[in-house]
Amino acid sequence: MKPIVVLKRTIFAAALIPAAVLVLDAFQGDLTANPIEYVTHTTGDWAIRFLVITLAVTPIRRITGWNPVIQLRRMLGLFSFFYATLHFLTWFVLDWFFNFRQMVEDIAMRPFITLGMATYLMLLALALTSTQNSIRRLGRKWTLLHRLIYVAAVTALFHFWLARKTIVPQFQVVFVAAVLLLGFRVWWSRRARTQPRPAAPLKPVKM
Amino acid sequence: MPHTITRAAADNLGRSAEAAYNYRMLIRHAPDFRFSDITPKSWYLRRREFLQTAAGAALGAAATAMAPPFTARVNAAPQKEGTGHGAKLPNVVKSPLSTTGEKITSWDDITSYNNFYEYGPYKEDPKENAWRLKPRPWTVTIDGYAEKKGVFSFDEFVKPYTLEERVYRMRCVEAWSMVIPWVGIPLKDIIATYKPTSQAKYVEFITALNPAQMPGQTTRMLPWPYVEGLRIDEAMNPLAILAVGLYGETLPNQDGAPIRLVVPWKYGFKGIKSIVKIRFVDYQPKNTWQVMTPNEYGFYANVNPNVDHPRWSQGTERRIGNFLRIKTLPFNGYADQVASLYSGMDLKRNF
Repeated sequence: MKPIVVLKRTIFAAALIPAAVLVLDAFQGDLTANPIEYVTHTTGDWAIRFLVITLAVTPIRRITGWNPVIQLRRMLGLFSFFYATLHFLTWFVLDWFFNFRQMVEDIAMRPFITLGMATYLMLLALALTSTQNSIRRLGRKWTLLHRLIYVAAVTALFHFWLARKTIVPQFQVVFVAAVLLLGFRVWWSRRARTQPRPAAPLKPVKM
Repeated sequence: MPHTITRAAADNLGRSAEAAYNYRMLIRHAPDFRFSDITPKSWYLRRREFLQTAAGAALGAAATAMAPPFTARVNAAPQKEGTGHGAKLPNVVKSPLSTTGEKITSWDDITSYNNFYEYGPYKEDPKENAWRLKPRPWTVTIDGYAEKKGVFSFDEFVKPYTLEERVYRMRCVEAWSMVIPWVGIPLKDIIATYKPTSQAKYVEFITALNPAQMPGQTTRMLPWPYVEGLRIDEAMNPLAILAVGLYGETLPNQDGAPIRLVVPWKYGFKGIKSIVKIRFVDYQPKNTWQVMTPNEYGFYANVNPNVDHPRWSQGTERRIGNFLRIKTLPFNGYADQVASLYSGMDLKRNF
């Protein structure tokens, strides 16, 4: 088996651990005194972590030159979407229990909910167009559309920041990581512009 | 629990014993997986030790596998010193000012879900870290515009009064709430002892500053030490107490040992913990959260469903232990006793 396949399967299994532990904790009644808040925070933490990890794939590819690593990108992005979906459903079902009027008010009135909702819709669009078929069909537009991940990363960070009363350590970690990873892209594109040598074309790799 | 027992073994004992107690009627079959098959949660959960032997844990898993999610809680791990059950407090009298007819929140929830940034920013941090605090010997300093001032030992400070049990709702600014059986002393009786002069318009409270015992204070998350304040007439309201106990026992460290403020008509952050200094002053004290984020937290911080926090609604709350949200009441349901303190005030501006 190719190393990338082994790596991909390992990461797939590992990425399910947080969800599994959450289920286990639920059955053990070990979700703290405020289970809904705990599940909301945990799923949100993992959604943004995977978002940041997804952003790391291209820089790793550029720096190491190991092109197959790009094959991890879609899976990691979908894991971010997976945890974001759990996060959204926790809010939708458990937190407000289908109280639509309150949810609409929340989205309209609370900037951090507005940002969270916007982030989720962006991730949804990216997830729906993540298929091989979409890549083929959308062509150049696909690349453009999937730059939305940069916007989603920024709105997700704002959402996280506004949701807490103080700057918690977990926020600091994803914030620093996101700044470095987005900064890398700025630096890379500048470098590509100042040096006439063309950068390696980013063509979709068959997975 | 004997001292010779290891932490891990004790965890098992506590967990399985409690689980067996709660679910002994429900055990029907052994689990079809071994506990050792499950990925250790320490891989991703901060500060949670997970060193259970298969035998003890399997029993716990068997007993809890059928527990419905979100409702059952098995939380009987032995407490680190100072964070578990304390000494029974003698001669506690029940108070007619107690809230009645509401289900009292469990001891486990009250002592494991705390906002006490001196021990870390997460709810589970205080229970984990508060063993470091040494609540004795302890002194309380009385200062400012008062006839009687000085530094008093904790025993000296609380001795003159009868301890009362006060069951109060506690509404956090984060929109969750509990019903807590405090044991405490009416703040007005304490104030009477020290005879504030007519220049005293406000009472300022200050938490201990001791980074060695309160690890959160080594960070700059909040400006330390924590400060809170009340207008003197608020402090004289019969509902305001200084609590020294919980469920008839001495206060666990994570709940603010040895002595803390409880003002049930205000958001929980007004209830300053581990108090070392009380000052009678002529200025409105700058309370910590107001200093931190002045547009979000005010001095008064009265529970008010009609004035939303800028970032979330205050109209409803989740009572810990319940699933559905309930409506939040003005002054947390204590309007009859306290609303007159604020007559004529614009409560939207004075949030």
